[in-house]
Amino acid sequence: MKVKGMLVGIVAVAMAASACGGGGGSGNKSKVFTYAITEPEHLIPGNTNDAQGLTVDSALFDTLMTLDPSGKPVMEDAASVDTTDQKVWTIKIKPGLTFHNGEPVTAQSYADAWNATANSANAWGNGYYLGSIEGYADLNPDKGKPKVDKMKGLKVVDPQTLQVTLSQPFSQFPYVLSFIGTAPMPKAAFTDLKAYEQKPIGNGPFMIDGSWEHNKQIKLKKFAGYKGTRPAKSDGVTFKEYAGRDAAYTDLRAGKVDFDNQIPAAKAPEAKRLLGDRLITVPSGTMDFLEFPLYDPAFKNPDLRKAISMAIDRQAIVNAVYNGTFKPMASLLAPIVPGYRANACGEACTYNPQQAKQLFDKAGGYKGTLHLVFSNADATYEQWMTDVANQLKQNLGITDIKFDKVQVSDYLTKLSDHKAAGPYRSNWTMDYPSPEDYLTPRCAKPTRSGYDGAACEALIMKGNAAKTPQEGQQYYQQAEDMVLKDMPITPLWNWQDQLGSSSHVGDIHADPYVYPLVHLDQVTVK
Amino acid sequence: MVPVLIGTTLLIYLAVFALPGDPIRVLGGDKPMSPAVYQALRHHYHLDDPLIVQYGKYLWGLVRGDFGETLNGQPVGDVLTGGWTVTVQLAVTAWVFELVVGIALGVWAGLRKGGVIDTLVLSGTTLVIAIPGFVLAYSAQLLFGLKLGWFPTAGTDDGWPYSYLLPGILLGSLSLAYIARLTRTSLVENGRSDYVRTAVAKGLSRRRVLVRHTLRNSLIPVVTYLGVDLGNLMAGAIIIEGIFNLPGIGQQIWLAIQVKDGPTVVGISTFLVLIYLLANLVVDFLYGVLDPRIRHD
Repeated sequence: MKVKGMLVGIVAVAMAASACGGGGGSGNKSKVFTYAITEPEHLIPGNTNDAQGLTVDSALFDTLMTLDPSGKPVMEDAASVDTTDQKVWTIKIKPGLTFHNGEPVTAQSYADAWNATANSANAWGNGYYLGSIEGYADLNPDKGKPKVDKMKGLKVVDPQTLQVTLSQPFSQFPYVLSFIGTAPMPKAAFTDLKAYEQKPIGNGPFMIDGSWEHNKQIKLKKFAGYKGTRPAKSDGVTFKEYAGRDAAYTDLRAGKVDFDNQIPAAKAPEAKRLLGDRLITVPSGTMDFLEFPLYDPAFKNPDLRKAISMAIDRQAIVNAVYNGTFKPMASLLAPIVPGYRANACGEACTYNPQQAKQLFDKAGGYKGTLHLVFSNADATYEQWMTDVANQLKQNLGITDIKFDKVQVSDYLTKLSDHKAAGPYRSNWTMDYPSPEDYLTPRCAKPTRSGYDGAACEALIMKGNAAKTPQEGQQYYQQAEDMVLKDMPITPLWNWQDQLGSSSHVGDIHADPYVYPLVHLDQVTVK
Repeated sequence: MVPVLIGTTLLIYLAVFALPGDPIRVLGGDKPMSPAVYQALRHHYHLDDPLIVQYGKYLWGLVRGDFGETLNGQPVGDVLTGGWTVTVQLAVTAWVFELVVGIALGVWAGLRKGGVIDTLVLSGTTLVIAIPGFVLAYSAQLLFGLKLGWFPTAGTDDGWPYSYLLPGILLGSLSLAYIARLTRTSLVENGRSDYVRTAVAKGLSRRRVLVRHTLRNSLIPVVTYLGVDLGNLMAGAIIIEGIFNLPGIGQQIWLAIQVKDGPTVVGISTFLVLIYLLANLVVDFLYGVLDPRIRHD
């Protein structure tokens, strides 16, 4: 039946070549602004881990806690979050908060959303964020379907009180509570999740207007009944969907869209000239690394890895490929993470061709073909890998270098299966600004590089169990030092996002800790 | 039609299956995914079945009008309807443009062979063929969209035809060049043929000779080209759709191949095959209308 309907549709359009059209037009007088995104993968918070979906969800949903402009978790829906042992957390929810459909936001709303997220039968993307909660393992059995549908670590004490028991002490849990993926869901969502995703009902300052118009736009309007901490100052925001960054940037220049946070680095100087103050550079949590396949005997010697790291002129590459917009790094953490030390890596990440060559010769050099591995997801990867290859040739005398350009759909599989033939591009996007988020994937088994991170993982665990943030930070930094000393991975650079805005919008408070990079609730329309 | 359809879906299915990589791992990205979630997803998309069972399940769904589900959990049928409306509007705009303007230029140039118009059309079309399409598209977008503001820069907000005019003209410009040249050459050649000479000798008016005899016969190769080209325009709209942010099937299939999204790729390709078949059928009928000899065969 669908086939027939579609055929009729096509024929009708082809023959009449009219239909559709009209409508559109952004000329209405209400104070609504537009924001450029690409098509999100999902909108149900527990299943949304792509930046686009999270950008939309951050307007639709509030969480228990949120991050202040310094990256510190502060209360949002929660009135208080208390723990004495970092293991049992008592969360009090503010009274009077409601979803867009009027249903009160209670401890049960959170418990329901989290149980659904953690349940492997739903196969949602954010389950692992809740991995620290007791009972997560029961919902994610090694084989077959889970036998229960609730985590035993979640206890609804009363409508305003949620008690969460973790399987191990985890001082960074407030960061998890600040993540959009842990937003609550109303009862109405669970009757038909598919329909809910097309028309999400949240508890944030904006509510959906109509439903998700795929590949076109997502219209949100101000939620009149909002009682939370960040009421909207505008009448609404429309997320306009673009297939590519170039089209969005052209529309921004034409004044057809008010915000674009994905201006390509190559266009940054031009954008600066054209937009002036309306272009803001926002530091990002995203890092690029060069990781070594330690499972390959050729890369067993840490001195060889260090020699390669020291032979790379990071600043020169950033200038050549990214117009100087990205920042060369000597740390595994991004600068926006509390606990970041600018020179944690020291001389091992400092460009020094002479010393690199000495170390390289001491390590016995490199025999055979050196493969450099990257994916074809973005043209700049090949550009900077070419620069790396040239520098290794020049500074270390490795002449036989080949590129392994891997199809993007195969890239991560290749890396996790330990099939990389040489050093490869590695990347990390921040989930939450805690050193733990950056270090765990480097040390916890199974590591992608084949690095034995048991000792470093033990330090991370100590940090997780620490009573105070200062004490925790100390352990995390020790763990970072350990990884940088062994160097299974070397930091390259930290991304910087270019947020451009039109002259129709004001009160632009840029903030690297929110997904849209600007507080959408505070934006005003002129 | 049915065997062709089964053949193409199977071929495309096999091709997508042969692509390296694991779509579920792509879905997870750099973030960890519990083995239980991984298994559940593989099961949901039948990826844990052998290829032939997967294909069987896909065909069975197709028979019931179910095109499967994208890796984002959207029904492929919805993606198809959404994408096709845009692409068809774009392709038809381009097609009408190349048909009307292309034939007109060709006839004009052909009638004044060697004249100023003929030289202009020849050099103009050479230029269009020589410049890569995307260069032309970006330049036109910046000039007519951004600087002069005559057309929208991107998107489908203004609906048909306004949003589709500039991209349609650009999409059709390459074929327009071919059609203009084809019409001209064909017209010039037929103008020298015996039956035209006979018609002139019979004392028919110049107009009647041109319309009823020369043009009618000259259009046969042009119609063949136009018919096949409608399919080409739809399949080839991908670059223009990207530059002008039109959410058509070109974009969808491009994104789907990237993440190895089998059902979407197969669904869109199958429909492209259908369009080609239909276009060929229509062309075959038109031959008969234009040339009675073919009709009598």
